[in-house]
Amino acid sequence: MTVADIAAAPTTVSGELARGRGGGGPASKRTVVAYGFWIFILSDIVMFACLFAAYAVLSRNTAGGPTGRELFNLRNVFIETMCLLLSSYACGLGALSAERRQPVRFMLFAAVTFVLGAAFIFIEATEFARMIAEGAGPGRSAFLSSFFTLVGTHGVHVTGGLIWLVYLVAQVITKGLRPPVLRRLLCWSLFWHALDIVWIGVLTLVYLMGASV
Amino acid sequence: MLGRLTWAAIPFNEPIPLLTGAAVLIVILAVLALITIKGWWPYLWGEWITSVDHKRIGVMYMVLGLVMLLRGFADAIMMRTQQALAIGDAQGYLPPDHYDQIFSAHGVIMIFFVAMPLVIGLMNFVVPLQLGVRDVAFPTLNSVSFWLTASGVLLVNASLVIGNFARTTWWNYPPLSELAFSPDVGVDYYLWSLQISGIGTLLTGVNFVATILKLRAPGMTYFRMPVFCWTALAANMMIVAAFPILTATLMMLILDRYLGMHFFTNDGGGNQMMYANLFWAWGHPEVYILILPAFGVFSEVTATYSGKGLFSYRSMVLATLGICVLSLMVWLHHFFTMGAGADVNAFFGMMSSIIAIPTGVKVFNWLFTMYRGRIIYTTPILYTVGFMVTFVIGGLTGVLLAVPPVDFVLHNSVFLVAHFHNVIIGGVVFGAFAGYNYWFPKVFGFTLDERWGKAGFWCWLIGFWVAFTPLYVLGLMGMTRRLQHIPDPSWRPLLLVAELGAVIIFCGILCQIAQLYVSIRTREQRRDVTGDPWNGRTLEWATSSPPPAYNFAVLPRVETIDAFWHMKRTGRTQIEPIYETIEMPRNSGTGFVTAFFAVITGFALIWHIWWMVIVGFLAAAITAMVAGWSDEREHAISAEEIAQLEQARSGLGQPAE
Repeated sequence: MTVADIAAAPTTVSGELARGRGGGGPASKRTVVAYGFWIFILSDIVMFACLFAAYAVLSRNTAGGPTGRELFNLRNVFIETMCLLLSSYACGLGALSAERRQPVRFMLFAAVTFVLGAAFIFIEATEFARMIAEGAGPGRSAFLSSFFTLVGTHGVHVTGGLIWLVYLVAQVITKGLRPPVLRRLLCWSLFWHALDIVWIGVLTLVYLMGASV
Repeated sequence: MLGRLTWAAIPFNEPIPLLTGAAVLIVILAVLALITIKGWWPYLWGEWITSVDHKRIGVMYMVLGLVMLLRGFADAIMMRTQQALAIGDAQGYLPPDHYDQIFSAHGVIMIFFVAMPLVIGLMNFVVPLQLGVRDVAFPTLNSVSFWLTASGVLLVNASLVIGNFARTTWWNYPPLSELAFSPDVGVDYYLWSLQISGIGTLLTGVNFVATILKLRAPGMTYFRMPVFCWTALAANMMIVAAFPILTATLMMLILDRYLGMHFFTNDGGGNQMMYANLFWAWGHPEVYILILPAFGVFSEVTATYSGKGLFSYRSMVLATLGICVLSLMVWLHHFFTMGAGADVNAFFGMMSSIIAIPTGVKVFNWLFTMYRGRIIYTTPILYTVGFMVTFVIGGLTGVLLAVPPVDFVLHNSVFLVAHFHNVIIGGVVFGAFAGYNYWFPKVFGFTLDERWGKAGFWCWLIGFWVAFTPLYVLGLMGMTRRLQHIPDPSWRPLLLVAELGAVIIFCGILCQIAQLYVSIRTREQRRDVTGDPWNGRTLEWATSSPPPAYNFAVLPRVETIDAFWHMKRTGRTQIEPIYETIEMPRNSGTGFVTAFFAVITGFALIWHIWWMVIVGFLAAAITAMVAGWSDEREHAISAEEIAQLEQARSGLGQPAE
């Protein structure tokens, strides 16, 4: 779902339309919920910005331990990235189906989103486990602390997003695509796309730049 | 089974915390017993604890802040007394370990659990009323925010009797706060109570930005919003921008302490100055989060009691937003001595001086508003005038400290302590008291006693200057902050003067308690039947005092700035309204239950009781899931019911011309 879709989506305002400068009274519930969630995502991105900053400061502080160049496996990272980006694409298609009140198509795309997201988490967890087994765990050096915290926080967000998706699919099954459920799906898809944006930052700053140093 | 928690955690050998804790516990049990005997639980649960009404939540925030002010002040007067006694050969009555906990707790409590609840409480009560709407954007979330803040309060105060509190100051710098140097639970109490209450504050920020930008009465364009709403918008945008930094920073320290990571440790490549940078990247915006709403209160108070519109509304808005942006670019002035080099220090020194310009604009706006106004000297405007005098001097000493060479001399001295108390007491606390006196009749339907209120003001103003002027002088004489023992007897006279100032402030607090008591006793004579006791200008005075649950039977239509003033002028308050069905949010126990489990989780994390961490966290998550499942969060009040309710209140809702 894009910003344009959100703007064009039907709203239920009685009387005058709520306008940007607020001359027309309180905005619709859908607008308020989506807007509030946008602001929450902004705050989440500020938090990631701190973790990025910490990584940037500490990434050379390997304390005699392994460097990113020795640890990162770009082939796996490429597969991870593809899983996450494709899951976002499926999420977008699912959101469109939900807006058109097509529960079966929605469920199908939600399943694809979930499988791709779970694959991402599986690969990430395997990589983490390999690094820890090699003695390159988060306690080894400041570089690895900031690496595991930044990438791990993103991973925790993705895991939370997956649990949230299952919870919302359960709502769709029991209640159907009613306006409150649609609002929650809208928030969830905003969240899922935001995690993509953060991942692009992780891919560039941590993996691509880290493997080339 | 219980992690690190053993009987050794109770300070049986330290009489001060033990007796204080016992006294607090007895008071709490007595209150609970009274509630049970009187059968007030259903009322308390139904009308307050589960309430999602922004007005009720605002009142609860204010009560929390005022109660914690007593705790924070108790810490303050204990420190002043210790410094007045422990000079030369005398050792005073507080051992270093306890003294260190007191100055840490004093800072944490005053910033997070006094100033923040007072400011957020005022915003909660006032903003939706001034915007002419019925509640905030997310009422249930608002209740969650409040109860999470209360959870943080509970954990900090639990540290008094179970274990101990941090000895690491309120900004908790590593490496001292790392496991190697602070192995016990003190720092963990600090970390988890701030993480839990920080989530609450962040949600408040999200809630109020969405409310102010998306929920306003018809016709209320941005440049018709009252200035208090503008300052609340700026403060909440800064909460959204800054509080995640605190969350991330404290999380890194938690990971260092719990999982052996190396963000800020001495070994493993950690970097302590990164903590200082991150902490103050949140910390400096934080002080503006506190002061901007106070500026908003002063703007409302000045305009109302001068009987004039605010001088140069637009420059006031511009100055507010200017401060909002600039406040994010000055954090390094908290550690000029770090050694970042002359260029970096010069940049942040200049930025810190520049921020005085929009603040100066505001001061002139208030002065020009009062100029040729018919000023009525009530308690709120006394606080406003007291603020202007006090805050300008505090600001000037701040500009002095913004000059890096001066800061190298005064860094970590009590001159700095005097400076920030000068701006926080003179700005935030006076602002909160002005707002408390100004909006009290709107909240409870009767005015506060002026004589006790004014006596309280004078005690606070004089007490403040007597307490902190000596600290400016002592700072210039070379006295560093946080001294448990004073080595130089020549500082004694000034320290005794400072102690006297603290006692005068204590008299001010007693006056305020008396003011509340007398006002409640004589409330029948001081009823506000008009809803507009001060001849107000903004929409909160357009409804009755106290307002009905739905605030406005019909949403007001806004045509100008100072909407209510305009309505009174054009006689629009007399028009017979047409009622429609109103949807109001239902009460919800979500906030209270989530916070209950947050306390359990936080306590278990502090004491390493891992099974309880899992239980508490899962229970909180399930509570959130249950809350997220329900669709019926509103109940409708029909037009007939509203007509009846309004009839019953008639004479109250229509202000006299």
